[in-house]
Amino acid sequence: MSSTSDEPVLTLENVEVHFEQSSGVFDLFSKSDVVKAVDGVSLEIPENQVIALVGESGCGKTTLGKTAIGLQRPTGGSVKYRGQDIWDAKDKRGDVKIPYSEIRKSLQIIHQDPGSSLNPNSQVLSTLSAPLKHWQKDLSRQDRRARIFGMLETVGMTPPEDYASRYPHQLSGGEKQRVALIRALLMSPDIILADEAISALDVSLRIEMMDLFLELQEYFNTSFLSISHDLSNANYLATKADGLIGIMYLGKLVEIGPAEQIINDPQHPYTKALRWATPNLNPDSHGGDLPMRKIDIPDPTNPPSGCRFHTRCPEARAVCRETEPQGFEIGAEHSAKCYRLAGEAHEYWSSPELTDDDFGTTDDTEEQAAGD
Amino acid sequence: MNAVDHSTTDLNSSTDTILEIRNASVTFDMDRGQSRVLDNVNMDIEREEILGVVGESGSGKSMFASALLDAVVDPGVLTGEITYYPERGQPIDLLDLSPKELKKVRWEEISMVFQGAMSSWNPTLSIKGHFEETLDAHNANFSEGMDRARELLADLYMDPERVLNSYPHELSGGMKQRALIALSMVLEPQVLVMDEPTAALDLLMQRSILKLLREVQEKYEVAMVFITHDLPLVAELAERIAVMYAFEFVEVSTIDDIIRNAAHPYTRALLNATPNLDVHVDEMRPIEGSSPDPVHTPEGCSYHPRCPLADDECVSEDPGYHAVTAGHDVACFHWEQSREAIPYTLPFQDDSTEANQ
Repeated sequence: MSSTSDEPVLTLENVEVHFEQSSGVFDLFSKSDVVKAVDGVSLEIPENQVIALVGESGCGKTTLGKTAIGLQRPTGGSVKYRGQDIWDAKDKRGDVKIPYSEIRKSLQIIHQDPGSSLNPNSQVLSTLSAPLKHWQKDLSRQDRRARIFGMLETVGMTPPEDYASRYPHQLSGGEKQRVALIRALLMSPDIILADEAISALDVSLRIEMMDLFLELQEYFNTSFLSISHDLSNANYLATKADGLIGIMYLGKLVEIGPAEQIINDPQHPYTKALRWATPNLNPDSHGGDLPMRKIDIPDPTNPPSGCRFHTRCPEARAVCRETEPQGFEIGAEHSAKCYRLAGEAHEYWSSPELTDDDFGTTDDTEEQAAGD
Repeated sequence: MNAVDHSTTDLNSSTDTILEIRNASVTFDMDRGQSRVLDNVNMDIEREEILGVVGESGSGKSMFASALLDAVVDPGVLTGEITYYPERGQPIDLLDLSPKELKKVRWEEISMVFQGAMSSWNPTLSIKGHFEETLDAHNANFSEGMDRARELLADLYMDPERVLNSYPHELSGGMKQRALIALSMVLEPQVLVMDEPTAALDLLMQRSILKLLREVQEKYEVAMVFITHDLPLVAELAERIAVMYAFEFVEVSTIDDIIRNAAHPYTRALLNATPNLDVHVDEMRPIEGSSPDPVHTPEGCSYHPRCPLADDECVSEDPGYHAVTAGHDVACFHWEQSREAIPYTLPFQDDSTEANQ
């Protein structure tokens, strides 16, 4: 995968992003609670890599993505771009080897909703000219146009002259997403964060758009950090690019590994639950029962002790409630945070199984506790 | 489908129809012409069945949902016949009702969960307030109604008292959506129409809700119409699937037939284009071309510009429905060639050609 250097483009070490809730949107919580949106995540993104992060709403995957590309300042840990701490560069702290502006340019984002990420009053040409005018001031008007038209053609928006003069409302959802993709690619970035860039599209358009992502990823030598709640999209992107899938739960990266292994041989009980939740066309399989104790995700301001998944995990035992499991290696690049992988000698196996009585009588105690 | 011959379009498998739709069309007048967003649609919905309606954005599926309650927004014009058959009493033609009568049928007989639960709630009213308001508006028995509300909330895996005493913003998206389903069921409707009820939620919640919906359907014996763009999602829930393309149904059959033996080239292409974990990623194929414009829907078969089987006949004539088997209807002249022309990438193809006859 990595062709030019072994040094990862991005290195996240023990990254924490804690939000304090005081007033405003969250004022239903009377005390000032801390939401640990990302809690101790380490991740390396090499060149030309595709990594898909998967998790439920509120698991912190978007926050982690934004932290990775330097849009969100972490409250703990470090985010390094080719060895340079992004926030040191931004604050001009210490010996800055790579200036912040260059880092900023190398890390791009495609937003979830292509409709609202484009200025409705700007034609495609002016939307796409803006970044070039800012970063490449010496480019002549003709050269700019030529580059933009070339990109429009590359993504299949022909004739480019026609598309360049359109406004966002004259584009379909897929076309808007392509414009957003071009806008990111014009900066020749090292990494593009695609935040639910696929799930807003119709099912029938998804494969086409993901194929385009992969084609351009290869062509431009860009890494993709893709965020999704849909394992089948993550599978398509990551498997085709020999990439990784990372599974997040309540701020923790609970399992990460090569896409094929995550799909065909999931290890963490939560990954198995996500696998169950992925719609399946096989008319002979009827899904079976919900592989979790509860439907609702616990309140992130008051996450469960020990392993955060223990309140919903069908395999949870007493030890899971007490201490948090660390990552256990399963294979090359594949690890998961679950005591069931710790070997037969681990105390998990002698620890008593948790029953539903251990969690109180109602199904949503945790979630509701915050609302009181 | 103008050339509808009722002898071959017996969309009924049994005769216990609860909602009958005949020649339903919705048109909008626009500057650049008339936009027909539902085109002479026929459908029978059976008592206690779950019908999945699948289509891409802009295929007219939401218009179909609105038509079932005569709730097409202005300036859209709905024509045709929508007949509701109550358990007792005379059939009701929904399009003939006065606003007052219509108000009574909606929610009490036919209820709807709209897209985007988040905006269906009044942010200044507690969940309990919404239930009370609904019961009040329909002069329903209050304590019985609230008992039913509590039971429904519990059926949907929520703590009734806590939810009732919450305001919408205090609930997660998944809980709001489930509470909305409970609210839509509180007056014991016979038909529940759901338009993308889970689209804004993550997959785990979507699947959990579908599982609960099935349980609710069995317990309350309600007919459900589930409208979505996501075929694999509804495959787990629905017994029958109606595939919509360009404002009309192109294929209707049981879920098993649709997945194993789809006859319409569009349905087959759609199945091949759907990301799923059953097929190797290298074998999935996007659908070529793009969906038609509602103002200029192609003549003849509306799928012909994208169809590998299209010939002159498809360009000039509307195919009408052909019966593949009893209860499996397809709007295609060349359905017998479709399985060869568009091979499945799914591993569930029914290989016995006899099943085709």
